[in-house]
Amino acid sequence: MDQKQKTLVIGVIGADVHAVGNQILYHAFTEAGFNVINLGVMVSQEEFINAAIESNADAIVISSLYGHGELDCRGMREQCDEHGLVGIPLFVGGNIVVGKQPFEDVERRFKAMGFDRVFPPGTAPETTIAALKEVLGVEGQK
Amino acid sequence: MKAVLLIDFGSTYTKVTAVDLESEQLLGTAAAYTTVQTDINDGLRCALQQLETATGPLEFAERYACSSAAGGLRMITSGLVPELTAEAAKLASLGAGAKILKVYSYQLTEDDLEEIEAARPEILLLVGGTDGGNSACILHNAKMLAQSKEKFPVIIAGNRSVGRQCQRILEGRETYLVANVMPRFGELNIEPAQEKIRELFLERIIQAKGLSQASELISGIMMPTPSAMMAAMRLLAEGFEEEKGIGELLGIDVGGATTDIYSIASGMPAKANVVYKGLPEPYVKRTVEGDIGMRYSIHGIVDAAGIGRVAQLSGLTEGRAEELVEYLSRQTDTLPQNSELEALDFALASLAVETAVSRHAGRLEEVYTPTGLAYAQTGKDLSGVDQIVVTGGSLIHTRRTGQIAAHALYDPAHPESLRPKKARILVDRKYILAAMGLLSQHAPGTALRIMKKELVRDGAEE
Repeated sequence: MDQKQKTLVIGVIGADVHAVGNQILYHAFTEAGFNVINLGVMVSQEEFINAAIESNADAIVISSLYGHGELDCRGMREQCDEHGLVGIPLFVGGNIVVGKQPFEDVERRFKAMGFDRVFPPGTAPETTIAALKEVLGVEGQK
Repeated sequence: MKAVLLIDFGSTYTKVTAVDLESEQLLGTAAAYTTVQTDINDGLRCALQQLETATGPLEFAERYACSSAAGGLRMITSGLVPELTAEAAKLASLGAGAKILKVYSYQLTEDDLEEIEAARPEILLLVGGTDGGNSACILHNAKMLAQSKEKFPVIIAGNRSVGRQCQRILEGRETYLVANVMPRFGELNIEPAQEKIRELFLERIIQAKGLSQASELISGIMMPTPSAMMAAMRLLAEGFEEEKGIGELLGIDVGGATTDIYSIASGMPAKANVVYKGLPEPYVKRTVEGDIGMRYSIHGIVDAAGIGRVAQLSGLTEGRAEELVEYLSRQTDTLPQNSELEALDFALASLAVETAVSRHAGRLEEVYTPTGLAYAQTGKDLSGVDQIVVTGGSLIHTRRTGQIAAHALYDPAHPESLRPKKARILVDRKYILAAMGLLSQHAPGTALRIMKKELVRDGAEE
């Protein structure tokens, strides 16, 4: 692995089996120059954290498509703190809440839970990649 | 005739097996007490005398040996996350035939260090972090180990970015740098570490254990006995050249102090709606239950299964079962010489099998999702494995082997445990598996054909 390459841990949280979008993100992030650890679907908070510890990850990117993301993500920041991943950037995106709600409310709630960036349904991978590069201070990755 | 002698220096017995390579026949087997305290050759000579009494004088072309005497190959492992690199280190060590004294995860503390010093491992396996991943933990642990007064060899198999740095920290000690046991997240690479463990076992551990006195009598390959068992089971499953193996199998060895379970099977999910979670497990997997054994670890069986089940399976009252368990835990060389002890041993062996196989096999968890029912599998799915090979005194010296081994099977009361659904039971009545594992290193075809002939289906007469 390239020394300058940033490592991401990605996956779909909770009892969510939506595999396609996550796979697309895996390819898009890899193509963008990241070292991506893809945990697949039905990933628990603990699995995200364990993977991030072993791989010394630079960020955790959580997807949720089935509407229960808010419950699944609750306490994630505290768990990270507890495991020594203090300050690790947490990204979340997808259909992360039940029903149609104003995205500003959703974003506010997830930020209050300690997420650094929150993305609405239909976000293009490029948007997330740009945000990752900004948060991780990456310049010149292809 | 070209006779070969295969020797297994066990912790209690030295077992010898003689094979004729030309006719591919088993010539005979014998056992005598291991004499590691005085001269290991005394026990060997005694066993050989017994053997030759039965077979007549033998001229051996080759002699090969394996050993689990003097405590076996005693190891400690240190990794990062318990379910990840620490688990990988454990799998690597068990697969190399080691006896694991303790598995540490995260940063070692001063207390841990004291514990390690007191335990005096023969090898310490130091891992942690994927390649390019976490390095803080393994560096910290190397620094801790550098302070140890005991000079055990350290195998470093962690994050490759800091491998050399760990070696420098541990300068003045015997260190070996090998490839990471988990180079990428979720990817096991335990063979290089195992190779090194075996090498160290050969180079120095045999010497330290007084086994080298025997080495002039022996042409070669000393390996830990569990490695020999594993080699035999793997050969039996996979076959050699044109000689077909019997396919995927589960191996059970119930001993006095531990119960070893082997599986030679891929065990990955068979159905599309099953998601695999956690570390992928090795195709040849060994687990050791240090708390499950017929004598020294008899209390562990009762703790795991409950005295109620011991009573129920043995037909004894709980009070009587408790009394006898207490007695056997003190009189560890007791053989089941009356019907009461036979009944108790039957119950204990059955529960040892049930507990150890349940711990070895994977689990399937039902997950209700908004899109329907899904399944998450952790560990190996052995439900399709339809052959069980059993060995160990308490299983082969009883008429009820089949009934005991059946406790390894799927239990409707525990549908989550992915144990074999149904299986034919093959019994190692003559106790030759370790010997065949040794032989497999030189004459695999012969070892395989002898196993196929000598492992008898339960219920069939010898």
